[in-house]
Amino acid sequence: MILGRVRRALGGPGGAPASYATDIDRGYRRRHGERTVEQTVDLLAENLAEYRAIVHRTDAGELPLLLMRLLAERWPDTVLVPPGLPHEWMAAVDAPLVHDRAVSTAAELDRSGAVVTGCAVAVAETGTIVLDGSPDQGRRRITLIPDHHICVVRVPDQVVSSVPQALERLDPARPLTWISGPSATSDIELDRVEGVHGPRVLQVVLVSGE
Amino acid sequence: MTAAGGTVHWAADADEANRIVTRLVRETGETEVVKVKSMATQEIGLNEALEEAGIRAYETDLAELIVQLGADRPSHILVPAIHRNRGEIRAIFAREMGRWGRPAPDGLTDSPRDLAEAARLHLREKFLRAKVGVSGANFMVAETGTLVVVESEGNGRMCLTLPETLISVVGIEKVVPTWRDLEVFLQTLPRSSTAERMNPYTSTWTGTTDTDGPRAFHLVLLDNGRTDTLADEVGRQALRCIRCSACLNVCPVYERAGGHAYGSVYPGPIGAILSPQLRGTASEIDASLPYASSLCGACYEVCPVAIDIPEVLVHLRERVVQGGEVTRRGVKVTLKPAKGHAAERAAMRAAGLAFARPGVLRAGLRLASRTRRFHPRTLPGPGRAWTATRELPKVPAESFRDWWQRTGGGKDDGRGGK
Ligand code: SF4
Repeated sequence: MILGRVRRALGGPGGAPASYATDIDRGYRRRHGERTVEQTVDLLAENLAEYRAIVHRTDAGELPLLLMRLLAERWPDTVLVPPGLPHEWMAAVDAPLVHDRAVSTAAELDRSGAVVTGCAVAVAETGTIVLDGSPDQGRRRITLIPDHHICVVRVPDQVVSSVPQALERLDPARPLTWISGPSATSDIELDRVEGVHGPRVLQVVLVSGE
Repeated sequence: MTAAGGTVHWAADADEANRIVTRLVRETGETEVVKVKSMATQEIGLNEALEEAGIRAYETDLAELIVQLGADRPSHILVPAIHRNRGEIRAIFAREMGRWGRPAPDGLTDSPRDLAEAARLHLREKFLRAKVGVSGANFMVAETGTLVVVESEGNGRMCLTLPETLISVVGIEKVVPTWRDLEVFLQTLPRSSTAERMNPYTSTWTGTTDTDGPRAFHLVLLDNGRTDTLADEVGRQALRCIRCSACLNVCPVYERAGGHAYGSVYPGPIGAILSPQLRGTASEIDASLPYASSLCGACYEVCPVAIDIPEVLVHLRERVVQGGEVTRRGVKVTLKPAKGHAAERAAMRAAGLAFARPGVLRAGLRLASRTRRFHPRTLPGPGRAWTATRELPKVPAESFRDWWQRTGGGKDDGRGGK
């Protein structure tokens, strides 16, 4: 009935014109500015940091030690890991690892202080990391409940310049979470406060050369 | 979306949408839902409808929480929490949180950080036990069946992923044809809304996903006046709105009058053109909304989707005053001219003579927006109605021109001094 109203309101038969794909003028920029690969990664680091994510850079060999250090600094009781996280990443970590299983309840997840994941793609221009629920990222809730999220981004493979480029790489059928810095609110006297419901500490590790 | 495990419901109006949501919640056997801020559910008065059915809806946005805790329920009036200062918020939290769930910690101070922490703890308890979540959506993608929620606090992610059942109530105008179209809106919305490059969290989901997130997903597609609005060739552009609120922030009338004055969940310039179209102009407030503007054009200047709000305002004024054909609930009806405006209609005829050169008027009025598009504004028609339906200012004893000449541009206006 509602679709009928839409059709009548538009004064004709329904359905998008077959030419939609070519009707829209996509003359806007696909990205803002020319950058080398290194510059794109630098921009990502800069923009992440500007939105109060803590950025670290390392290479594949050093990654396990860095993760150990980052976790040791905050002493979580346990560390959540998604099912497909590469084992070697966590080889040096002292805290007990909790593997997310489909059955763990939200309340159980609430007992873990930290979570380590990979990512699907990272957007340099906006300082955004995108998770798509792949095995190295896990269910959406595991990066939401713990207070400390460490996200490992493989550079430069997983880095794109812009939002349009990110959308091209992503699969709409998967549940996506776009994260640009820790959660924030300005609801109290327009004062920005970081960390309302999501993790209050977001660390992004840019790891090169694997 | 149906292919991906979701269920679609169509709601022609607010009552139908409320009935659907109430039934869906009842079927889960739950009496509590967690909600993420949504204009659509405010528009239909969902919280009140659920309340009547014995279901408690917990708002989880910080601002909404402050409103819900602070106001005596039902709290359907939009009280922007920006009008509450930190001391008041502290008092509300200390007094009310215990009655709704986890009390505020002892010794709560009024620093925003402490208050946010209190809200975090208070709401976390609710998120962890919630079985039903209710949301809106910023966008829906037709080709993929994907819904998008843009937020900053993380309460949206909580509501979208932790409950077993998710019910999203979304106006049908939120649909975009293709996945690729999001590339425009995901960049535009945060910039126009909060001037950020990107908001902290954006969630997208398509139906349900095994083991991740809700097992049942219901989408309630809401008409509630939207197809009627679509039938109006001038007014339909209001449906493009992405609720960024940029037009509110620049509006001098909104700044003075505040959000309540618009008598609707959609305040500001967009409210002035959207509410009278969604609800019709039968009520006094809806008939008056198109007048809640000085037509300065600032809203059009900032609107990221280029809704010509002044044009629609003028169009709606014309309709209020002169009546005419509109679509209501899918049926074409002819509106009678509004009664209260008879005097203005008389004035209109007089004004038609008085403003013999409306072009001059227009130039002044629309200076700000004039350069945005190069095609000329239509003046005969809406423009005439504009001049017609305004209250004519009192004619001063002396014209400005005469005053200027007499006082040498105000240097000597009889009061002495410069
Ligand atoms: S009318 Fe335009 S400026 Fe106003 S809220 Fe909607 S999109 Fe934003």
